Amino acid sequence: MANTQNPDMTPGLTNAYEPGEHPDWPAPSSVKGPVHWIKTNLFGSVTNTLLTLLTIYLLYKIIPSMVDWMFLDAAYTGTSRKDCEAQASGACWAFIGTRLQLFIYGFYPDAERWRVNLTAVLLVAALAPVLYDNVPHRGKALIFTALYPVIAGVLLVGGIFGLEFVPTDQFGGLMLNVIIGVTGIAFSLPIGICLALGRQSHLPVLRIVCVAFIEFIRGVPLITLLFVAAVMLSYFVPPGTNFDLLVRMLIMVTLFASGYMAEVIRGGLQAIPKGQYEAADSMGLKYWQSMRLIILPQALKIAIPGIVNTFIALYKDTTLVIVIGRLDILGIGRSSLADSKWQGLSTEVYVFVAIFFFISCFLMSRYSLYLEKKLHTGH
Amino acid sequence: MAETQTAATAGAIGSSKGSDDIIQIQGMHKWYGDFHVLKDINLSVKAKERIVICGPSGSGKSTLIRCINRLEEHQKGDIYVNGIELTNDLKNIDLIRREVGMVFQHFNLFPHLTVLENCTLGPIWVRQTPKKEAEAIAMQYLERVKIPEQALKFPGQLSGGQQQRVAIARSLCMSPKIMLFDEPTSALDPEMIKEVLDTMIELADTGMTMLCVTHEMGFAKTVADRVIFMDGGEIIEQNEPHSFFDNPQHERTQLFLSQILAH
Ligand SMILES: Nc1ncnc2c1ncn2[C@@H]1O[C@H](COP(=O)(O)OP(=O)(O)OP(=O)(O)O)[C@@H](O)[C@H]1O
Ligand SMILES: [Mg+2]
Repeated sequence: MANTQNPDMTPGLTNAYEPGEHPDWPAPSSVKGPVHWIKTNLFGSVTNTLLTLLTIYLLYKIIPSMVDWMFLDAAYTGTSRKDCEAQASGACWAFIGTRLQLFIYGFYPDAERWRVNLTAVLLVAALAPVLYDNVPHRGKALIFTALYPVIAGVLLVGGIFGLEFVPTDQFGGLMLNVIIGVTGIAFSLPIGICLALGRQSHLPVLRIVCVAFIEFIRGVPLITLLFVAAVMLSYFVPPGTNFDLLVRMLIMVTLFASGYMAEVIRGGLQAIPKGQYEAADSMGLKYWQSMRLIILPQALKIAIPGIVNTFIALYKDTTLVIVIGRLDILGIGRSSLADSKWQGLSTEVYVFVAIFFFISCFLMSRYSLYLEKKLHTGH
Repeated sequence: MAETQTAATAGAIGSSKGSDDIIQIQGMHKWYGDFHVLKDINLSVKAKERIVICGPSGSGKSTLIRCINRLEEHQKGDIYVNGIELTNDLKNIDLIRREVGMVFQHFNLFPHLTVLENCTLGPIWVRQTPKKEAEAIAMQYLERVKIPEQALKFPGQLSGGQQQRVAIARSLCMSPKIMLFDEPTSALDPEMIKEVLDTMIELADTGMTMLCVTHEMGFAKTVADRVIFMDGGEIIEQNEPHSFFDNPQHERTQLFLSQILAH
């Protein structure tokens, strides 16, 4: 049995095992392990090696100076730019620090800010059962999720249950981005689904309405819609009624994202073979049952990358509220630059805003990867 | 139900067969646009009867059996299934679809659901069977098609033959009165054809009413009560299998049989 260790046996010579008796051998170390990975992935060819070296060089040039500026040479305390400069040569985070409240809450009254915090905590609770299906008592939790928009609205605006009324023009900062982003995301998906299904409908009127809506939305820049919302809608609503500007914004952003969402979902629907519809029909499932149980779960899964793409685009578009005079995190940042005590610190502001958006969007993107993996069933 | 039954029988003008026909098709025509696919189809199927439909490609076999559960709409003539007339009335269509199971060439399992969920979906949502009960029934049928151990896998993890057997079990879970098969074995490798055919033969032994579009002539000979030959959208000839194969009347049938038996 000396031959058993030798995988390179010449065929035709005596085999070490009877036919059909060959055990599984572990793969040779040359096809796995970290050294192998580095060899094939980073230095697999001449071009590959050159690119790797170039990348290492660039990282070496950029990373240390960036870390210096952002962390090592940064000033974290102080009350003016002069304080910062006296301490260190890097970023002046003291500027962001002293204005952090403004960045987060905008002009929401100091004494009422606990309401914003509570809304944020409840948001996490409302999202959990949607994002993860192993949440305990998911059924009941989803009821809470469905009620959440109302709860959040009451908490933030107040005016009933003894909560002080806070007009929406005092909303601002990061809170405003999150409100618009989450509302848009939450409502654009179901509306988009309905539009996409409507576009496939056998009823011509429904189909035409959906197509017209989608094409209109996609053909007009969001900023135009926001101006329309700010200026023109007041002509359409009866005089005397006060149709809140923020609500109009929310509606416009949602509709805008819905148009894109509809097309993304239509792409997913088109990838579903006809046989799936036929199998669902032949079982006697009703239209909405077969959509909900068979077609949409598959179509949405295929459309996940596009859906998340739309979500991310929407989230970043929330900075456009600046055109109607509301100050979101970016708006607050820009207006802070006018402060004479802190002049010339635009880099810090933009880096801060960029980090905020990057974290939010990166989380969405990671979640979508998690979801895709979870929904993968080997077909 | 009793009312519709009598109505159906009363409507069956010119039909010599009685109300024990579970499917009655009278003077049925179908067009795809201007293309006349099915021409004057007359067919009665008794309960527990096993029918094999064959014919050259494009002769309208699939279209015919798909008209029976309204996957395709017919434009002229009448179809009664289980005593219910097939019209545009969605309620009737749903009633009929509950009683008619269908097995497709490409299985059409739901890839995002496990085998067990595939089988329980119909009973739970269409028949309002409690989940526990539906699962018990599903396991029973999965055992009958000999793959209970695959219940928690996804269809994408099964072989073609196993998938087709799941598809059969899925249809059976709805306890249908009629089963339609549209070339259930023609997407399968030879060694898998047998396992699916065996399942179908067992099903035939239980007394299920079956309409099978298939080119498996061996299956037709062992199982069928009647073989129907279609060509150009018409039923050219029908007979019990012995006479059909040994003594085909129509020359198109003879040609078809000689071609199919040649290889
Ligand atoms: N949706 C459709 N629109 C237009 N023509 C169609 C459609 N479906 C089928 N046909 C045509 O109708 C005819 C009959 O089709 P059918 O699928 O019933 O044939 P078949 O007998 O099942 O053939 P095969 O053995 O290839 O499955 C064919 O000529 C086909 O091209
Ligand atoms: Mg066919």
